[in-house]
Amino acid sequence: MKLALLSDIHSNRQALDACLQHARAHGADHFALLGDLVGYGADPAYVVQQAMDLVAAGYTVIGGNHDAFAVQPPAGTDKGAHSMAAQGALWTHEQLSPEQRSFLAHLPLTAQVGGVLLVHASAEAPENWRYVDNEIVAAECLEAATKHPGVKHVFCGHVHQQTLYYRGTGRGLMRFTPTAGVPVPVPPHRQWVGTVGSVGQPRDGDPRAMYALLDTDHWHLRFERVPYAVADAAAAILATAGALPASFAHRLEVGR
Amino acid sequence: MKLLEPGAVVDGFVVRDCIHAGGMAHIYRVEYASGAPDPGFPMAMKIPRMTAGDGAENIVGFEVELQILPALTGPHVPRFVAAGDLHRLPYITMEYLQGHTLQHWLDASERPDEELIARLGTALAHAVHSLHQQNACHLDLKPGNVLFTHEDHAVLLDFGLSWHAHFPDLLAEEQRKAVGSPAWMAPEQVVGVRGDPRSDIFAIGVMLYELATGELPFGAPTTTGGLRQRLWMAPAPPRKHRPDLAPWLQEIILRCLEPEAARRYPSAAHLALDLAHPTQVRITERGHRTQGTPFRTHFKRWLRAAGMHYQPSPLPSRQIEETPIVMVAVPHSDVTDATLYSLREAVARSLGIRPGARLACVTVLSPSASSTSDNTRSETALHRLHHARLRQWAQPLDLTEHPVSYHVLESSDVAHALVRYAEGNHVNMMILGAATHGLQTQRFIATVPMRVARDAPCTVILVKQSLPFARLAGAS
Repeated sequence: MKLALLSDIHSNRQALDACLQHARAHGADHFALLGDLVGYGADPAYVVQQAMDLVAAGYTVIGGNHDAFAVQPPAGTDKGAHSMAAQGALWTHEQLSPEQRSFLAHLPLTAQVGGVLLVHASAEAPENWRYVDNEIVAAECLEAATKHPGVKHVFCGHVHQQTLYYRGTGRGLMRFTPTAGVPVPVPPHRQWVGTVGSVGQPRDGDPRAMYALLDTDHWHLRFERVPYAVADAAAAILATAGALPASFAHRLEVGR
Repeated sequence: MKLLEPGAVVDGFVVRDCIHAGGMAHIYRVEYASGAPDPGFPMAMKIPRMTAGDGAENIVGFEVELQILPALTGPHVPRFVAAGDLHRLPYITMEYLQGHTLQHWLDASERPDEELIARLGTALAHAVHSLHQQNACHLDLKPGNVLFTHEDHAVLLDFGLSWHAHFPDLLAEEQRKAVGSPAWMAPEQVVGVRGDPRSDIFAIGVMLYELATGELPFGAPTTTGGLRQRLWMAPAPPRKHRPDLAPWLQEIILRCLEPEAARRYPSAAHLALDLAHPTQVRITERGHRTQGTPFRTHFKRWLRAAGMHYQPSPLPSRQIEETPIVMVAVPHSDVTDATLYSLREAVARSLGIRPGARLACVTVLSPSASSTSDNTRSETALHRLHHARLRQWAQPLDLTEHPVSYHVLESSDVAHALVRYAEGNHVNMMILGAATHGLQTQRFIATVPMRVARDAPCTVILVKQSLPFARLAGAS
């Protein structure tokens, strides 16, 4: 199986389309969205509809913190209700049909595909949305994931970075920063934690979309960077006429 | 794993004779069992020893090689053919290469002369540079892992302890420990730094030392304390063992063996350039030394080494980029002062933004220029003359931070000679005049820079003469 792992799409229609097309062209035969379908971007309804179509076709979609946020945006007196992200969430909420909101509300927080565990944040307590951004959190995430029988690989989103954690000759996990497009062997006699990066909102200074392609026949993992129509995605945000702040558009252009 | 009998079939390969039975692996000649022709080269199969009695490092080492070898390309590594599943049937089939390992010259009854040492060393440095250009470090270079198909071409073997920027380092751990072969391991490897290309330069230095003296510079320590000695101890100079050894060779060897990576050659290409041009090596006190370092100096260094912290390793490809070899083609005839001035300005600007760069000044003579009957135009006299011209040309440049060397080539085809030189010495950037290169025939003038720009394996800067002279003249 060639499993395309896409996370943190953040309502970015152009980036999602480009990544799905890239994955299909490279032989992907299963697709998994690892949460945060919406938030920040201008096309929540389109992205959620794509996710619903993927589920209908037998593929995998799990939920993230921004999806929960869009289902229930913070009300007037809640903490953080006036943040930019909260205002964006309210707008997103209004863009979605009741059916789409219900879809987001019922997304599972973890899923297993062919012995691979998928979760938006850390598998240790998925509902706490902990960032897997260092060796120690990754080790806790791995420990929780491998309690599921047969699981040797866990893939997460949430951090918007492409990183692979693995065990070297010592006890703790080691961190590895991958090179895009280079297949890395991830044999199942070892244990692996990967963060696949963000499709719709890269934050490492490179505006290209990120996803990963896992070949479970040969156990090769390839982190990918995909160019997409950044200008169109940014223009769509500006076209909301202030409903979404202009800074959301500018950060796409610079990948920050 | 017990030895396989000739004729046994392993995963589609029929086993012929065993060519190596080592502690880590058995290596056999193999052919396709189907009778299919070989892939254009003979094949060998490496089967790791992985029974319960063998160490876990065997298995990890095999896994590391399995990760790295298929990703490597070029004439300095055996070509990868196939691999078997690590658990079911571990093996790697690769190109079988014939030749001698470096051990052959170490086992010989006589020490090789300086010319042969330099030749073998140049070939080895080229092979190592090719690996570094691919963003990998060998980290276990030793005589048994360097195979010479002939004296000018080396192939590197056994990537079980190697490091590649594209793959997770399976030998890494948070409590850094020494990984490598004790006799050839660089000081930074002793304290667990992996992935510095200059560690391979150190190992080359140990091998050159062995070739020159028959001795190991640091012995073959078996304890951690013994290994740590090289963090502060300078080895006895090779001339202590072999007083007639040329100072230039000792200078090169001891520079490779500097405890601090930053004081060694910054890349294997720089080392190769020195080995290939002995007369251009700048000899310091290091090259003339015949006595070991005094105790007091060692004691001071030991104190410093006790608190020594190694910098994180640079990526091999970045280390090479930051310490390029810049070549300038300096014409010698039919050339205006304006062109020479502009070339020098361009070189100064290029070196200015690349602090680690080394400069090679090259000029090409036509073979017909020298004469066997006229003494003032004899080959050596002519070369001396042009060496002096090159030095004179370079004089106004500030070269205190940049090693520089001067090369007089002979060829009737200037462009070809320049391109060949750039290829052979891993030049990163070539600077030459856009309009003339000293060719007398007018109609060829434009084609030399064009041909060089088209054929050179590196960036080429074509310098147009821009002259303060004309404007100065106008002003006065």
